[in-house]
Amino acid sequence: MQREEIFEKVKGVLVEALAVDDDEVTPDATIFNDLGAESIDMLDIGFQLEQAFGFKIEQGEMFPEGVTSDPEMVQDGKVTEAGLAMLRQRAPHIDLAALEADPRLEKVRDIFTVDALATFVENKLKAS
Amino acid sequence: MRWMWIDRVVELVPRQRLVAVKNVSLAEEHLHDHFEPVVTDDGRIVRPAMPIMPASLIIEGMAQAGGILVGHAEEFREKVILAKVSRAELSREATPGCQLRYTAEIKSFSHAGAGVSGTVELAEPSAEPETIGLIELLFSHLDRNMAGIEYPEHNFVFGEGFRTLLRTSGIID
Repeated sequence: MQREEIFEKVKGVLVEALAVDDDEVTPDATIFNDLGAESIDMLDIGFQLEQAFGFKIEQGEMFPEGVTSDPEMVQDGKVTEAGLAMLRQRAPHIDLAALEADPRLEKVRDIFTVDALATFVENKLKAS
Repeated sequence: MRWMWIDRVVELVPRQRLVAVKNVSLAEEHLHDHFEPVVTDDGRIVRPAMPIMPASLIIEGMAQAGGILVGHAEEFREKVILAKVSRAELSREATPGCQLRYTAEIKSFSHAGAGVSGTVELAEPSAEPETIGLIELLFSHLDRNMAGIEYPEHNFVFGEGFRTLLRTSGIID
């Protein structure tokens, strides 16, 4: 499946799950801040992606859980080197450049973009 | 006693489908607080006010049907809560004397929760049932929440109200 086709299907899932407009779902839009997703929406998005693409998604696979509450991953309001290493390993679909430059905790929600979600799907399809 | 918005479970295919019925009765107090006329855009009354079951309670009935189906899948060990009403479309009103029939089907299931698609049918006493609604719901297993919040061990979701319903429906002893 071509990247463009994947992106369009991901966009359809986000429009449906988050009740946002088509034109809001740009590659750079962040899932939590720009599109207003809450944690429970991740379950909905996961289920809809499974149906749209025919693969199974494990909890925390799209976006690692528990980072912000782990004292080894976050210290003094910043994501530690160990936290960044964990994100690199568990979320290879997410571009961490911005967080590496500014590791403040509140920036974690900005790294999960529509583009990252499309890359996640692309990686899953390649692996299956 | 919590409000129960289904009267009986009439069919259960584990992890797949549950059918429940609800008889709408004029003896229910909520109907006496919910009278709605049908009015056109220009203010003309095409049907006078009469007691109708609020749509929110029809959604709650479907949520209870779906919640039992999802809870039964893990033998009621999980605390199943309604997390999201993804879609709810109802095409007509339910009035006293009719019977609502909720069919809930599991579309997706994981250890974190489940997606349920529901159909609402309405049967007037002397007519064939007709489909009046489609409701899609998302349920969360509360103890598997992303935030890692811990809740009491006791399963307060499937309390005595639900257990009575499950017993009278022959699902549990």
